[in-house]
Amino acid sequence: MIAIVDYNMGNLASVKNACSKLSQEAVLESDPAKLCKYDKIILPGVGAYGDAVSSLKKRGMDEAVKEFAKSGKFMLGICLGMQLLFERSSEFGNHEGLGLIKGEVVKFSTQKFSKPLKIPHMGWNRVFTKEHSLFNKLDKNHYLYFVHSFHVECFDLTDIIGESEYGYQFTSAVAHGNIMGIQPHPEKSHLNGLQILKNFINM
Amino acid sequence: MDYFAKRIIPCLDVKDGRVVKGVNFVGLKDAGDPIEVARRYNNEGADELTFLDITASSDNRDTIIDIVKKVACEVFIPLTVGGGIRKLDDIYKLLNVGCDKVSINSAAVKRPELIDEGAKRFGSQCIVTAIDVKKTGNKHHVYLNGGRIDTGIDALVWAKEAVSRGSGEILLTSMDADGTKDGFELNITQQISQAVHVPVIASGGAGNMRHIKEVFEHGADAALAASIFHYKEVDITQLKHYLNKHDIPVRL
Repeated sequence: MIAIVDYNMGNLASVKNACSKLSQEAVLESDPAKLCKYDKIILPGVGAYGDAVSSLKKRGMDEAVKEFAKSGKFMLGICLGMQLLFERSSEFGNHEGLGLIKGEVVKFSTQKFSKPLKIPHMGWNRVFTKEHSLFNKLDKNHYLYFVHSFHVECFDLTDIIGESEYGYQFTSAVAHGNIMGIQPHPEKSHLNGLQILKNFINM
Repeated sequence: MDYFAKRIIPCLDVKDGRVVKGVNFVGLKDAGDPIEVARRYNNEGADELTFLDITASSDNRDTIIDIVKKVACEVFIPLTVGGGIRKLDDIYKLLNVGCDKVSINSAAVKRPELIDEGAKRFGSQCIVTAIDVKKTGNKHHVYLNGGRIDTGIDALVWAKEAVSRGSGEILLTSMDADGTKDGFELNITQQISQAVHVPVIASGGAGNMRHIKEVFEHGADAALAASIFHYKEVDITQLKHYLNKHDIPVRL
């Protein structure tokens, strides 16, 4: 059974719908004490980093997610949920993240852009993937749907499993053992997105 | 190499639970079940779907929520709903069933704080400000009620304000071009696109594939159209191949 971590940040219906479409029951779980009972968890999230961290902490969900990560069971962070896996973010102040993956979250540095581009990075873009079971059976030229103004920077480059290009190259998917994260929204990325979720479910 | 794709967004006008078509909301014809139409566009390769709720009576507001709920169970691309959104609770109800963004038009002009409040509570990414413009003298003014009321507000000024208040996207409709099928109004699209740092969706005037190519060349990040897709005058798959051939990055 999969839990979608419900910490009052954003729209969880889409992730749940996508799991249902893949015949995988997913439970919106807001009780930190119950998290360890699940086989896998998905940490979703849209919105601001600071709000998300305080929302996780308020319920003790931060510790529950860290405990789950230690158990070795698979977990997947999506969008803001992926960014929360990192040590810190500079989004509107400095915020400490879950620290499960070494690195930080930074704003797109428009000065470094090779040409002027809009922020947020909103729309369909490519992810150039490394060999990883999360990316099994994707179309060769697959596109995924992104919405974000901040991106992660890994300190350990071996954690990077996907990169994308927007003004410059940035990390769009990570994996550190059982802990995975993806910047685009697989639940909103049509068939290739569903395939990624299916790969996660089948791990 | 540029991979970031320009988006094609079919728009479904929904009234009392059915897709309708008509010119300037007059002489509406039934044009199908929204879920079936959504499914078709999704299969053809639409990058997002926009539902414009033109239901007059507020009693039927829950109908659009029900439609989105059903569409969101089988169509896994971003969904936007516009029309009649006036308060935070309207936004919450839609997001809760799988809608990703809401587009706010007259309610934002009447009470701009709605943008701030929506962005703060749900994130900028889901607050689209829809701006209907008409050329008035040498400027473009913001119009309300389908082009009937001139607010006197300069469209460029309003677009910048909407973004500074937290809107993550602008849906720009030229009321002069809308329904003409003579092409988008490129001038105002380019001006607004250059004036704001968020994506601009161009709407109004699409009549063929070349029009869509042109508006992308003039700074639009996405193109929205209803009737050309609805009446199958332009097939989304073909359109994307055409754009790709002209070096405009699209999701194929």
